[in-house]
Amino acid sequence: MLAIVDTGCANLASVGFAFERLGADKIITQDAEVIGSADHVILPGVGAFDYAMAALRQRGLVEVLQNLTQPLMGICLGMQLLFEGSEEGVADGLGLIKGDIKRMETGDLPAPHMGWNTLQNITDDPLLDGVKSGEYVYFVHSFAAPVRDETLMSCSYGQDFSAVVRKDNIYGCQFHPERSGKTGARILANFLKVKS
Amino acid sequence: MLARRIIPCLDVRDGQVVKGVQFRNHEIVGGILDLALRYRDAGADELVFYDITASVDDRTINPDWINKVSAVLDIPFCVAGGIKSVSAARARLEAGADKISVNSPALMNPDLINELSAAFGAQCVVVGIDSFEDGGAYRVKSHTGAADKTRETGRDTLEWVGEVIERGAGEIVLNCMNRDGVRRGYDIAQLKAVREICNVPLIASGGAGEVAHFEDVFKLAGVDGALAASVFHKNILPIPALKSDLKSKGIEIRI
Repeated sequence: MLAIVDTGCANLASVGFAFERLGADKIITQDAEVIGSADHVILPGVGAFDYAMAALRQRGLVEVLQNLTQPLMGICLGMQLLFEGSEEGVADGLGLIKGDIKRMETGDLPAPHMGWNTLQNITDDPLLDGVKSGEYVYFVHSFAAPVRDETLMSCSYGQDFSAVVRKDNIYGCQFHPERSGKTGARILANFLKVKS
Repeated sequence: MLARRIIPCLDVRDGQVVKGVQFRNHEIVGGILDLALRYRDAGADELVFYDITASVDDRTINPDWINKVSAVLDIPFCVAGGIKSVSAARARLEAGADKISVNSPALMNPDLINELSAAFGAQCVVVGIDSFEDGGAYRVKSHTGAADKTRETGRDTLEWVGEVIERGAGEIVLNCMNRDGVRRGYDIAQLKAVREICNVPLIASGGAGEVAHFEDVFKLAGVDGALAASVFHKNILPIPALKSDLKSKGIEIRI
């Protein structure tokens, strides 16, 4: 069973549908016990960092997310919540990956970074099986994780940033795999194959 | 590299995609899901659904079709039309739309933009602007969905663009009304003027008729995306051929 954490954010339905298209057995839930016993956990998110962390706290989900041993993937803002903090706000993140999320320095380019951009510098990892450099995925964000040891692939918009990160069983995806065509679906399908 | 987006726009009425001629005599183009899938398969980067259902009322809105579109689409889509409140926007986003677009309601109540941006983040708040060129000046019109109800707002387009960005718009769709439906090309001069002051993504609308129009709007006006309806609905410009032509002309395009 896949648990999609109900963070109260707006893209829950789209994330759920993406897994339905893959034929996955999924539940959208804010029940800590269900999340703790799921085989895979997805943390979606759109909106503001502090607001989303407050929603997790209010639902009593911070501790269960911090102690998962099964594969956990944060999507978009959900990925950013995995870090210690963000320049977007003052709240503590989940702290599962060291470091902070930074505001993107886009110079003269329009912001937010919105649209289809190419993946680059792909690390060999089961999550990215079959994904090739130069494939397009759909991004919508103004903040990002700098490229770091945990970066599995990067993207560039004014600067290089992490498109996907992994630390042990913790995965983060800055783009929206549920809206990234076949490449996004492949990454979600690969995630479901990752074992604890 | 970030790709320039090709965006078909679909007018939705009573559960069907329709296309009007000068806002009248709407013909049914096809079913919502059929067209959504057709454009997805053709390589559209994003879709915009404009809900033109008469007398749209927040309380009676049934986002059922949005839900169905979200279930089948693996590309982003935006829903426009009849969104006058945060709760109406929430219903559409929760049904699975990625972005919502506001036009006339934002002109009637500009605070709506701030409220939507605070509630959902700028990234899903699109402001549509219907702009009319009059003697070299650009003026905003509202309620353009019906020719006899269109109003002058007294607003200058460039000032309104600045204001909606300040209020939290995450993207702007500029519909150049003089060019709407005539397929003589996008209004490059106007789009360039807006681009200069627009630091959020800018989408051009109105006037697409041939490949060169898309090439010009990307190369000369520097817009992030180009929206069109009739050339796609009537298959005058098949999207796969359009995209490969643009790519061969050196424009960053997702194939």
